[in-house]
Amino acid sequence: MPADSPLLSVRSLSKRFGAVVALDSIDLDVSPGSIHALMGENGAGKSTLIRCLMGAVRRDGGTVLFEGTACDPASPRHAEAAGLSTVFQEVGLIPHMSVAENITLGRESRRWGLIDRREARARARRALARLGLTIDVDQELGGCSIALQQLVAIARALDVSARLLILDEPTSSLDRRETAELFAVLRRLRDEGVGIIFVTHFLEQVYQLCDRITVLRDGAHVVTRDTRDLPRPQLIAAMLGRTPAAPGASVTSAAPADAAPLLRATGLRRRESIEHADLTIPRGAAVGLAGLLGSGRSELARMLFGIDRPQGGRIELNGETFSPRSPRDAIARGIALTPENRKSDGIVPNLSVRENIVLALQARRGVLRSLSRREQDAIADEFIARLGIKTPHREAPISTLSGGNQQKALLARWLAANPALLILDEPTRGIDIGAKQEIESLIRGLINGGAGVLFISSELSELVRACSRIVVLKDRRTIGELRAPGLSEEHILEAIAAHA
Amino acid sequence: MKRTPHARHLPLLVTASLVLLVFIAGALVYPRFASFGVVRNLMVDNAFLAVAAVGATFVILSGAIDLSIGSVMAFTSILLATLIEQHGWHPLAAIAFAVIVGGAFGLAQGLIIQAFELPAFLVTLAGMFIARGGAFLVHPQSLGIKHPFVADVLNERLSLVLPVGPHGVTIPLLVDIALLAIAAAAVVLSFTRLGRNVYAVGDHEQGAMLMGLNIRATRLSVFTISGLCSALAGVVFTLYQQSGDPAACKGLELDAIAAVVIGGTLLRGGIGSVLGSSLGVLLLGLIQTIVTFQGNLNSWWTKIVVGFLVLAFVALQRRFTR
Ligand SMILES: Nc1ncnc2c1ncn2[C@@H]1O[C@H](COP(=O)(O)OP(=O)(O)OP(=O)(O)O)[C@@H](O)[C@H]1O
Ligand SMILES: [Mg+2]
Repeated sequence: MPADSPLLSVRSLSKRFGAVVALDSIDLDVSPGSIHALMGENGAGKSTLIRCLMGAVRRDGGTVLFEGTACDPASPRHAEAAGLSTVFQEVGLIPHMSVAENITLGRESRRWGLIDRREARARARRALARLGLTIDVDQELGGCSIALQQLVAIARALDVSARLLILDEPTSSLDRRETAELFAVLRRLRDEGVGIIFVTHFLEQVYQLCDRITVLRDGAHVVTRDTRDLPRPQLIAAMLGRTPAAPGASVTSAAPADAAPLLRATGLRRRESIEHADLTIPRGAAVGLAGLLGSGRSELARMLFGIDRPQGGRIELNGETFSPRSPRDAIARGIALTPENRKSDGIVPNLSVRENIVLALQARRGVLRSLSRREQDAIADEFIARLGIKTPHREAPISTLSGGNQQKALLARWLAANPALLILDEPTRGIDIGAKQEIESLIRGLINGGAGVLFISSELSELVRACSRIVVLKDRRTIGELRAPGLSEEHILEAIAAHA
Repeated sequence: MKRTPHARHLPLLVTASLVLLVFIAGALVYPRFASFGVVRNLMVDNAFLAVAAVGATFVILSGAIDLSIGSVMAFTSILLATLIEQHGWHPLAAIAFAVIVGGAFGLAQGLIIQAFELPAFLVTLAGMFIARGGAFLVHPQSLGIKHPFVADVLNERLSLVLPVGPHGVTIPLLVDIALLAIAAAAVVLSFTRLGRNVYAVGDHEQGAMLMGLNIRATRLSVFTISGLCSALAGVVFTLYQQSGDPAACKGLELDAIAAVVIGGTLLRGGIGSVLGSSLGVLLLGLIQTIVTFQGNLNSWWTKIVVGFLVLAFVALQRRFTR
């Protein structure tokens, strides 16, 4: 199709939330048969733009043409009927319904007015198979891992033949293999003439996949270019509005390796969760947990934090046996966990940013030694500034923040509590590059103060940078440990592949 | 940690087991408890509550509440009685008309809730007063129905006779209506888009909206269905009493809600079943029967037992659903 007839054409679209200008006169053209990256820091307005396009929120002004006709859907239902399909950023589907139902809901094929459940299951299996997945489609969605839930949402969006497919951070919880499968599907769709808008904070994915890039900053349009004309440094500069600082040096252990470990777990196991795990976390060091999806990384973290109780093996903390019955026990001993699923396990949506940040610190101090308001304000302000949390003020309800900014506030909560052992489960998911560096340096600060860190991430480069040891999990067992000189992404991948 | 769908059916299993247990206990303690007559009365006495609970199940599954059920039942019953006895309507025509009025009343409540974004609790509270007042406007006191069609055809000849035993087993029409309503609701909830949307909206409304489901239509349907069921429950109640009464069924919506909760439906919405609600109604009925059999117990004991049951089930649900 000629470049002068775009599939989607957005002109001076604007949206405010109270005093916050989320989108300020945005222009965007998406051609059919192309993949268009929408980039920008946390809070730049990417998700808001998508929500406006889909009619999930009403825009304040501007025009949108889809296939040459005006497009102003009153709700996502209308947008879908018009030929748009979206994976929204981390909104869950329906937790207490099965995977199959979540994929087919609202589009079930019917016989004599009744839903054909067998057909629905078959259709769901086909939709998942396109992403290379064969899973039990009858299991309840809410019990699936975040990554799987994300894949189900993608499968749902792919299950209609939309002419414009919008994906808001679809790969944030996926590891390499799933991402590769997804990209293969997206390239195929592009070749069939589908227009695709793709949002991510992973720059390498943009350069792998996308034909064109649009950068937003603070709700305004900064630049739109073909990918090959916008090299990485310029892209980063456009997103940040300045040239980035050089990345910090990689971390080394602050304590001698043979010092008594902070935590030692041996032979941990639990049915349907972990078969066998050995793990040692020294003082003043960051230990990484690497492994594929479903290898048991989060499950191991849950046991250390007292959410699930191990059915075998033992945990020692500071040389003493430690068997936490609940997260409260773990918190009392100075352990902190930033959970994988922040929506259901993390943020308290109706509390302000400040209240969310001081929550853990306050809890550790107990009700009697409460933090003065001035201390709370100082702590909140410090983390808002250090992590660049984009919020109108510290009293804004956290639920009005963009996805990445909520994640930053949640991290701030545990960093502020100054834990002895910090467990980070995919902490940088959906976080922009500026903040990632700041988080790495905060982790370094904790380590230098003698704390231990357990770092779970699907991003191997990040693990290699932040950790001095990496424990590799496969099929719910720890299969080895890699140590500081000799840590690289290749070594981790080799370790996973070598262990049959 | 895999959560299979079985985990959330546990409350349903518990209710079913309780029904069995209470029945067996009754049979062991009271010699004439396990008789056909007792079972038959149990069904007949609770048919109208069962129909009301069907409507309440829809509303509660969708995450809302309907407080107008009892008043709409009373309105229906006195409307039926007046139409038949004082205006010479044929009972079938009167029944059809009354059910339509009930549905329209529910739809109107739904429209108001949607249009002004008001909580269902408040709008149906207003509806409760309006329907009750309306019932007294139609006719200020109870009115017996002597129309031969009601006595002979509806209450006698239209009974279903199952070819079991020497004399056959007779199931009165009002029980048939209740069973039909339950079966229809079960099919709608499990096998139609509307039904699945009800669950989705109740479980995660924001997600359902973004998934492109028609939230508005779903909510309107739910309130219409509740209105229809309330009216149908009113019809069953009228057949049962052979009279219309504007003061009847006070607080019956609360019994219906209790039955729904005891049947394993989450008050927050999204989880539950109409089968559960029917078992809930049975359990309430059984407890009432036991209290009656005991003879020396004050019948208010039923309420106390029901209260503790509701508490126990709310606790059970907290344990098994997150
Ligand atoms: N419902 C709301 N009420 C108030 N402000 C809001 C609301 N939704 C979004 N905002 C604000 O609009 C701005 C843009 O948010 P948006 O979610 O679009 O960012 P984003 O680019 O998607 O960021 P991220 O990369 O973190 O997902 C943010 O400052 C956010 O706080
Ligand atoms: Mg976003």
